[in-house]
Amino acid sequence: MLHDSNTLAPELKKFDIDAVRSLFPILQTKVYGKPLIYLDNAATTQKPLAVMQSINDYYAGYNSNVHRGVHHLSQVATDAFEETRRKVQAYINAAHDYEVIFTKGTTESINLVASSFGKRFIKPGDSVIISAMEHHSNIIPWQLMCEDRGAELKVIPIDENGELLMDAFEAMLDDTVKLVSVTFVSNTLGTVNPIKNIIDLAHSKNIPVMVDAAQAIQHIGIDVQYLDADFLAFSSHKMFGPTGMGILYGKEKWLNEMPPYQGGGEMIKTVSFKKSTYNVLPFKFEAGTPNIADVVGLGAAIDFINEIGLENIREREQELIQYAMDQLSAISELRFIGQAKERAASISFLVGKTHPFDVGELLDKQGIAVRTGHHCTEPLMDFFGIPGTVRASFAFYNTFQEIDQLVAGVKKAAMLLG
Amino acid sequence: MTIREKQDEIIADFALFDDWMEKYEFIIQLGKDLPVIADQYKTDDNLIKGCQSRVWLHADYTNGILTFTADSDALITKGLVSMVVQVLSGHTPLEIADATIYFVEAIGLSSHLSPTRSNGLLSMLKQMKMYAVAYLSKTLQ
Repeated sequence: MLHDSNTLAPELKKFDIDAVRSLFPILQTKVYGKPLIYLDNAATTQKPLAVMQSINDYYAGYNSNVHRGVHHLSQVATDAFEETRRKVQAYINAAHDYEVIFTKGTTESINLVASSFGKRFIKPGDSVIISAMEHHSNIIPWQLMCEDRGAELKVIPIDENGELLMDAFEAMLDDTVKLVSVTFVSNTLGTVNPIKNIIDLAHSKNIPVMVDAAQAIQHIGIDVQYLDADFLAFSSHKMFGPTGMGILYGKEKWLNEMPPYQGGGEMIKTVSFKKSTYNVLPFKFEAGTPNIADVVGLGAAIDFINEIGLENIREREQELIQYAMDQLSAISELRFIGQAKERAASISFLVGKTHPFDVGELLDKQGIAVRTGHHCTEPLMDFFGIPGTVRASFAFYNTFQEIDQLVAGVKKAAMLLG
Repeated sequence: MTIREKQDEIIADFALFDDWMEKYEFIIQLGKDLPVIADQYKTDDNLIKGCQSRVWLHADYTNGILTFTADSDALITKGLVSMVVQVLSGHTPLEIADATIYFVEAIGLSSHLSPTRSNGLLSMLKQMKMYAVAYLSKTLQ
């Protein structure tokens, strides 16, 4: 197991890193004979034992379909399933548990809103605003919807630091705008956007706002009532929970107005061949048998985060990221892509003229997992005029020693490629 | 040398390396040494776009023999490209169309041939085969 022995590194006294790491079996893995250094947490986070155990317990102890059964197991499964909904409600401080919709991930959550909100509220000549730093999953659903509805997609510009141009945004808020959808934290640049400010500005013109919180939910405390967000999307697998599971939060007033996204079992009240009526929230948007096991797993992940404390996680990650920025900036010819004042968990960089793919492959061979490429943000790469970046993204279970090894690994790669 | 003999020679060369670092140093050096494609051929038409790195490929057909020149913006890909170019260049379309490229896997870089990695090498190999098949069908006409 790794120890934080680096005396230069600041260490959180209250954080027993060895104990924390022992809760994640995969962190003991070796790749190419070297201890795994996992710095691809923005792509997906690792899972603690408690999450795996909860999924196992479900299948071993009370696997059953939810909501419909009269029998005991179905009731137990339904209770666990609905308990997660209340855990999510509490985690983001939603006003009602039925404002929490289970989806298969952030992407589906955004597609749901694009499709259902679009059908109900978007007409030809209307427009939707996104930003220049969006992930493809917060671009394409709106593009598809705008093409379908004869609406226009507008883009908030950014500066070279990777921060939104808020004056430009404010000027874009005209009568045609029916929805704003922006990311809370950039998956490529790590920029934390002034989401409260964005929502306040849009609301001053009565325009609702959707927040892509995929890269924020595991790092920053989110209170949807304080933010006054109209929609908020995130994925379980980026917050130590299982894959294939996500959340759409939506204000009751919007969700009630919007037509269903998919049809099937569970989402109906009555069905006849002439006309069917739909179930109440949240079930109207949850057609078919849901991903019960992974909903249970997400519940365990939220318990786990609450036990560690999101504030402790944030504090530790800020120290890690500051240390990484300091150490990486000492490498000659290294330049950061994205220099936002407020940053969460991701650092993108390039070294001299080296190709990010080469650097990533040479880091991989040293046991260091990073992501290279455009990170599903091609328009952003075009803005910076680069083919891609090397991205190191952190979680609270990473160590200062791992960052030292990342720095050594980058130096080694730069030397080989130089 | 046949295509098979050239590949076996590369595999024997790589057997001398003790660790991945030496292996990569060698590949990167090959990349640096690769005679780059003439500028007039480094066009979008000759560009094979991978998700991660880009490869340019030009084919020349003279006196029944195909010769390739290529380039990549990533050095490791370029090194591998250089080896594939060396293995397949100077052969007839029939020989190239029939050839199986096995050395990439044998030297432990099979990840470069994974379709999900899409870094250009696999697409380049397909493109080389397509050139061979195209010239082959021409010669048969």
